[in-house]
Formats: sequence, C-alpha cells, structure tokens
Amino acid sequence: MNPSATLLLNGNHAVSWAARLARPQVVPVYPITPQTPILEQITEFHARGEMQAEILTPESEHSVLAACVPASLAGARVFTATASQGLLLMHEVLHYAAGARAPIVMANVNRTVASPWAFWPDQTDSLAQRDTGWIQYYSESPQESLDSVLQAFRVAERVRLPAMVNHDAFYVSHSLEAVAVPSQDEVDGFLPPYAPAQRLDATIGASWGNVVTQDMFCRHRQEMQQAMDDALLAAQEADRAWGELTGRTWGLVERYRCDGAVAVVVALGSMCGTAREAVDQLRAAGRAVGLVKLRLFRPFPLQALRAALHGVRDVVVLDRNHSPGLGGILNQEVRAALYGIESPPRVHGLLAGVGGVNVPPQHIVKLVQDAVCRAPSPQSTWA
Amino acid sequence: MQDLDNHPAMLCSGHAACPGCMEALSARHVLARMGPDTIAVIPPSCMAIIAGPQPYSSLKIPVYQPTLEASAAAASGIRRALNATGRGQTQVLVLAGDGGTYDIGLQALSSAAERNEDMLYVCLDNEGYMNTGAQKSSSTPLYARTSSTPAGKLSRKKNLTAIIAAHGVPYTATASVGFMPDMLRKIDKAKAMRGFRLLTLLVPCVDGWGLPDDGGLRAARYAVECGAFPLYEVEHGTRYTVNHRERTRPVAEYLAVQKRYRGMSADETARLQAEVDAGWDWLMRLEGREAGQFAP
Repeated sequence: MNPSATLLLNGNHAVSWAARLARPQVVPVYPITPQTPILEQITEFHARGEMQAEILTPESEHSVLAACVPASLAGARVFTATASQGLLLMHEVLHYAAGARAPIVMANVNRTVASPWAFWPDQTDSLAQRDTGWIQYYSESPQESLDSVLQAFRVAERVRLPAMVNHDAFYVSHSLEAVAVPSQDEVDGFLPPYAPAQRLDATIGASWGNVVTQDMFCRHRQEMQQAMDDALLAAQEADRAWGELTGRTWGLVERYRCDGAVAVVVALGSMCGTAREAVDQLRAAGRAVGLVKLRLFRPFPLQALRAALHGVRDVVVLDRNHSPGLGGILNQEVRAALYGIESPPRVHGLLAGVGGVNVPPQHIVKLVQDAVCRAPSPQSTWA
Repeated sequence: MQDLDNHPAMLCSGHAACPGCMEALSARHVLARMGPDTIAVIPPSCMAIIAGPQPYSSLKIPVYQPTLEASAAAASGIRRALNATGRGQTQVLVLAGDGGTYDIGLQALSSAAERNEDMLYVCLDNEGYMNTGAQKSSSTPLYARTSSTPAGKLSRKKNLTAIIAAHGVPYTATASVGFMPDMLRKIDKAKAMRGFRLLTLLVPCVDGWGLPDDGGLRAARYAVECGAFPLYEVEHGTRYTVNHRERTRPVAEYLAVQKRYRGMSADETARLQAEVDAGWDWLMRLEGREAGQFAP
C-alpha cells in the first residue's frame, strides 16, 4: 500500500505507476522503443512484490494482445503497453478486442511508423487505429498520462470497450515532471475490482468468437456504437469523480483562453503544451487566439467540439500525423464535425511536426498569423 | 450418451462435421477425457465449424475462438487469468488444425512452449488446409496433391513434434484414433501433467484425402503401420518412446487407400518409402538415447 506522494517521474513511469495502482491481474507485454521503460518499471514493481499481476512476456505484440483479449474475457483486469510498429502488428487483434467487448487498457507511445525507420513523436500509429473500436485518449504530460490510465480503466469497464491512452514519444514518455501519485486506497475507491458477470469460466459455459449471421453481426456493431456513445458520458463522469478525489480534472475537450477568440488552434497531445505558449504570446500581442485541446479522440466528442468552436472565424488544426493522399487526420475529423453548423469557421489544416520535426511556440504563432490572412485550402498543407 | 470408459460426453451430436469425420471422432475422445472443468481455444478451422455457429455450441465447455495465428497466445492469456482469479485447477485446451499450428501459429506456439505455459495443445493434423478446400500446409507430406500443389508437394512434412520437443517441454506426443487405447492413454497422461503439453493427432480427412466415408480409420491405421506417422512420446525434450514398433506395411499400401497420391510413379513411391525408412531409423536412434539428442 502506497501513501499518496509527489514523485519525479517521466511519462512512461507515470503510466507504470498508474498500472500498478489499477491492480491489473494479467499484464502481457513486449518491449519496443520508446515504450520499454513502462515494461521495465512494471516488471521491477512485480519483482519487488509490489504488483501481484501475472506478467506474460510473449514473442510479439501480436501475441501480447491475443493473450490480453481472452484474459479479459475470463474476468481478469488486463493492462498492456506498446508503440508504433507494435501497435501496427496488433491491428487485427485491436478489432478483435473491441468486438469481444474486452475492457483492456493499453498505453501507446506515439512514435513514427516505418519505413524508413525512426523513433520520433508522430501520432500516425494510433490515429491509423481509429476505426478499431478502441476508446482513445491523448495525453499532454506525465501527470495527465497517470490520471488518464486510471480514468480509462473506469470508463472501459463501465462500457465494456478497450481503451488506449496515447502520449508522445520523448516529449511526454521521457520528460520528467513532478507527478502527484495517489494512494492505493484512493485508487481502490475510484476503481473497484473488476468482476464481470459474463466471463469465460468452466462453471458458466459461455463462449466467444464463433460464427454469426449478418443480422447478428450488424446488431453487434450497433451495440458497439451505443457503447461508444455511453463512453462519452462515462469519460465525463470518470473525469469528474477523479477531480473530486484528487482535485485534478482534464476535460474531454479543453478550452484554453478561448473567450472571445476569433482564431483557435486545435491539437492533440504534447503539441498542446507548445500551443499554449503560442497562445500566450499571441494574447500578449493583443491577438484573440485560443487553444482547443482534444483529449478524447474516440468516441469523438462532436457536440463539445462544435460548441467550443462556435462563433470562431478561423480554426487552425495542427496534425502531427500523415495520411498520404488526404493529409492530416485530425483536420478531416474536425471538418466533418463542423459540417452543417451555422456560419462555420474556416478550417486550416496544417501538417506540423510530422515525423517528430520540432515545432517551437514561435512557429505556431507564425502559422496562426499566416492562416488567418488567407482562405483555407481544401487539403492539408505542410507547415 | 456415454463415452468409452464411462466418461460423460462433452461433444454433442448434431454438430456440423462431414460424415465419417475423424476429427470429430478424435475431438470427442479428447473432450470426454478432459472433462467439464476445461476451457477450449479453437481457432478458425474445421474444428471451429464443428463447434457450431452462434447461438449453438456442440461443446459442453466454454470455447474461445481467437484469430488463426494466436491460439497458443490466447490460451496463455486464459491460463494466466484463471491462475490470477483462483481457478488454477481448470484445464486450458487448444484444439487447432495443422495450418493454425505448423504454419501461421508456430511463432506463438514456440513462445508458449518456451514459457512452459500450462496448457494442453492438441493439433488435429489432417495435413492441409481442409476447411478452405484442401490446400497444402507445411504438414502436408511429400508428393501429396492438394488444391495448391496440384502436381504434388515438393517438400517434406515438417516435424512439429521434434520442434516442440526441442523446447524441452514436459510432454509432446503423436497419436491416432486408429490406435484408440494408445490415444486415450496419452490424453490421460497429458491431462495429469502440468506445463506445456503438445499432442498431435493424425486426422485423415475424408474429403481432403479422397477417402470413402468409412475409410478414415483404415487410413489412420495404415499411416502408423507403414511408418509414415509413427506413434511416439517425448518427455522433457529428450526421452523418446516409440509406442508402436511394428512396421507391417509398405508405404505404397497407405498411398493406395487415398486419392492424394494418385498417379505417382514407382520412383516417387520408392523415394517416399526411403524417406519414411530414414525417419524411422532416426526415431529408433533417438529412442536409444537418454539425453541431449535433438532432431538433426
């Protein structure tokens, strides 16, 4: 039992602490840069007797997630972590996990996808999994990563869908900050033991995975959609409850200095920290600019985003990802979300920081200043 | 319905197997011997079809159907979840085909064997992808005709038992419904052990091998009697025991009862006979040693 404490932790170790506090019973995990410190810290906790989980070290990320799914269906709380190629290798099993309604929680460290080979922050890995049925959080800091992993467990188990907590390679994964680590008692109160009534058990006899009809499949997808809708409310509830417990809330869509803003930056993850600096500089120069941080990407908080961007003239979407032949993924999502609203904002999609290219605050200042002076391009533009 | 030796049936009638299916017969006995305190993992395969479409199930125990390559990993996950939640006595049983075992599932299988995960992995080996219409797998023997090797396969059957034995696991064995007492003894023996156990059952496929509906058992017997599918056990990777020592038929008689080898030349038959002879000699040498000798 740990008392609450403030520790100097990087984002990955903050995730490991969250995993420890969540008391997962099965943790299959495979090393990959830059996720590996999560694995190392968890196995260290385990070796010291501070974590009672069954730790599995299979030969690949594919087998990691293949083990996670039925372990979860058998009634165990399951945690894992990966990055980049590991997440891509899991792709078919990501679909399988969501279809099986297995509330696994996975941390993903956003890293470039090969080829060519690189290790830098880029969110294409997880954004390319947006259609797999996983709840997706994007975190800006070690503290937020710790809090989000614990919130994700509560949400996932409430709606029976798997959840992914993403944070950027190095900017979050390897950056140190003072992190408030709650006590085990506090977390136990927030996250009661996982005890699903339906589970793989020899005394119950229920099965999972066999062939279904077209209608059954279609109904199943509709139920998954409903679960995603429910996840929106569950995520709000979890954030509120977490706030009551710790004094910290993050929101699903955060509005930073958006009051009276005529231009708003929209971004995911660590880019938001840089954008805050840019917004402060622009505000100091008398420009009415704000930031909307999207913390929850799936389910997509449509209404909250529409409300947050209502009445804004220019929206500048920063995409640290790349969908060749289309451009920025977040840009497309934001545009779709705003479709049909009255006097919609002009949406400028900018590919900024793809492949981990550094985007300092001054660069964002300039991007905003340039964007508001021109009509938006239908495509994303390299910035 | 009572099974042999009064084991309550765990596989119900009314399932979707073909008439004369040796896989259903094999699985029936495996499941009856494993009993009700068991969870099965069945990847896409004929066995998954036999297990039945939602909402039906021909098995009286829970079945988890993973993706094709993931059976050993999925079974590991179930095993650990059971251990973590006070259900360590429940057996985890994989019923996979040769495609899901020798080919696409080998990576996960090797890893589960290396970790000595506590499960009984039963490979229902019909020497090809029979559920998709009889294509070759790496378990398909030399010269066998399949729908992806219409002129005959030009490579040898992979030795799965030796590969997994080389991991040093507690138990790997081959068995066949053609030799029922031996098969039942091995299921019981495997069930009583802990750690990773692999049992490979030769399952002649009526449709894929071109057998008459009542020809499955004869093919199963001939495969053993000619030495093409020896019955043996390996304990802890080193102790080899051959369970059926008499080779009472030439390979040609085994080839003649099926359509997979139609049109083979005398020369090819002789080469197949020589390969079986060499395999037999290798097995005999291994049996004579107590330690340290793995497959060449």
